[in-house]
Amino acid sequence: MSRFRLLFLSTAVRLSALFILLFALAAGALVLYVTAMSERLLITEIRESLNQEVSAIERAYERGGIGQLARVMDIRARQPGANLYIIAGPAGEVLAGNVASVPPGIFDREGWTAEPFAYRRYQEEARQHPPRVAIARIVFLDNGMRILVGRDLAEPGALRLLVRRAIFVTVGVMGVGALILWFFIGRNALRRIDRISDASKKIMAGDLAQRLPVSGSGDEFDRLSLSLNEMLERIGRLNEGLRQVSDNIAHDLKTPLTRLKNRANEALAAGDEEARRQSLEGIQAEADQIIRTFDSLLMISRVEAGSQAASLTDLDLSAIAADCVELYEPVAEEAGFRLEAQIAPGIGIKGNRELIGQTLANLIDNAIKYGDGEGIERLIRVSLAHDGGGVALSVSDRGRGIPADRRADVMKRFVRLDESRSKPGTGLGLAMAEAVMMLHGGTITLADTDPTSPDHPGLTVTLRF
Amino acid sequence: MDSEAQDCRKAGGDAKIAAMKILVIEDDLEAAAYLAKAFREAGIVADHASDGEAGLFMGLENSYDVMVIDRMLPRRDGLSVIAELRRKGVHTPVLILSALGQVDDRVTGLRAGGDDYLPKPYAFSELLARVEVLGRRKGTPEQDMVYRVADLELDRLSHTARRAGRDLMLQPREFRLLEYLMKNAGQVVTRTMLLEHVWDYHFDPQTNVIDVHISRLRGKIEKPGSPPLLKTIRGAGYMIKDGD
Repeated sequence: MSRFRLLFLSTAVRLSALFILLFALAAGALVLYVTAMSERLLITEIRESLNQEVSAIERAYERGGIGQLARVMDIRARQPGANLYIIAGPAGEVLAGNVASVPPGIFDREGWTAEPFAYRRYQEEARQHPPRVAIARIVFLDNGMRILVGRDLAEPGALRLLVRRAIFVTVGVMGVGALILWFFIGRNALRRIDRISDASKKIMAGDLAQRLPVSGSGDEFDRLSLSLNEMLERIGRLNEGLRQVSDNIAHDLKTPLTRLKNRANEALAAGDEEARRQSLEGIQAEADQIIRTFDSLLMISRVEAGSQAASLTDLDLSAIAADCVELYEPVAEEAGFRLEAQIAPGIGIKGNRELIGQTLANLIDNAIKYGDGEGIERLIRVSLAHDGGGVALSVSDRGRGIPADRRADVMKRFVRLDESRSKPGTGLGLAMAEAVMMLHGGTITLADTDPTSPDHPGLTVTLRF
Repeated sequence: MDSEAQDCRKAGGDAKIAAMKILVIEDDLEAAAYLAKAFREAGIVADHASDGEAGLFMGLENSYDVMVIDRMLPRRDGLSVIAELRRKGVHTPVLILSALGQVDDRVTGLRAGGDDYLPKPYAFSELLARVEVLGRRKGTPEQDMVYRVADLELDRLSHTARRAGRDLMLQPREFRLLEYLMKNAGQVVTRTMLLEHVWDYHFDPQTNVIDVHISRLRGKIEKPGSPPLLKTIRGAGYMIKDGD
């Protein structure tokens, strides 16, 4: 019973009920219009034929006077299914004809009767149901007598009746059909929704590999299931990423943690105050590094999860680039680099200032760390320009570069080409840059700055928005 | 870390000013005990509450110079404590401590009525510097248009700075750096605080970017023969101060 209620409440059923109601109204209106039109047409035809009869009778009168007229009318009146014929005196008294009664005063005016009138034939019950109705034409003869020629309106009446009955039958059949249709459509929809909710319950229970059923018909349920499946796919990927991160954390944090522990042992074993202080400072530095790594990892995960997508605002990318160059210019100079900016003014994008600033800062920092080499110009160039349909922000150095086959690797978390790890860093900068670019719907690409130089091709990292 | 705190106190402490009184709302008892001790060593009286309701009660009952509120607290969450304090008309500066350090978390924290936001884990020196700046017991009043430390003078209206009457040629960013340092004269400002207030970025500067900016600024404002005003506070940050 409750299932039946559910069925009734379903959108499909309610919508189809509305459709059927509207359709029935429209169909009814159409039928009424058509009947009215055909009735008018029929009556016009009837008048036409009555006109012909009247002229035939008038001709008979002209030929043979009143006697001929009476004869002709008598013959016509006796035929089966005959029209109405009356000959009346000048005062309107009925002299002859095949009609028992007509409304009084009908002979007062020549021409067509204004309205269809009720009449009765001979040998008929006084009260006939429904009463017979006719239209007629009255003609005044030159001798003062009047004649009436009319026809029963049973035909158009029957037509109307027929059409009305047809309407009722049609609407009835439609209604029943609709009910049946509702039942099946609604039940089908409900069943599919049940299947979807069963599947989602399994997913909630922890089976993330479960997917919602897709029937293959491409209808709205399929589209819904498909997009929900896509969502599940993405959640799965994020989950996978998270697991990878935790694996990496376990793996890559062991090293600094071991160092931390060693330093602590050193501090405990230290003979004098100065040595202990040094060890403690070392511990602090290691701890800072670990915290930094954690922060970066968390940040990457959160950026990848897209939780900050909502905080994208209109930014002046040119100003951000100029700020970063200005921030790093003294450090670069101190490290012996020339930091050159080629920034097109007034380039705006939608983004997160903090994340873009940090990404650019990381890239410049990388360039300062790895962009040196013997016998080359120590130059780092930050450029921002329109590029095709988008915007390209790039940082180029003249260092050793990254071989083409290692470029995909360095985007991964914790991958550092500097095996000795002699320079400080978390190995997360490019992974974060990639996540930030993904959040902004952009890309990050690595390329040689100068491919013709075998020793120092340099690295150009380009962020495209 | 304790020795670091002492360093800071030696540098920033000022016996003439009554001890600053702060409220720490933190549910981690070990962390709270450490904070209380470290603040005491830095000359700051710290009351402690270990859950949101108790903290709210203490914050409403007593008057503090600064409140340090953990974001995730039992019984009443930190942001709601701040909102309730603000609703009841308590406008004591609040520093939010949080394990959530992302940009959006900072924004929600500050929007809830916090005045500063420090992600965990933090160095105590960083917390101390921020609490002292929030307490504003030292430094220059907000409304002053001219900041002065010894013979160093900075005019915020005309955007000029002078040392011993001679104009200093400062870049706009150097001017803002000096302005922030002088506004908080006598107080330690950390590298992160400088990056936040001068460059408006909240990430960890990692390399010594700020130090190089400071040393450039130093080169412009210090003169041979005069005592240095812009001091490096070991393990903490920088401070502009006349004398030692």
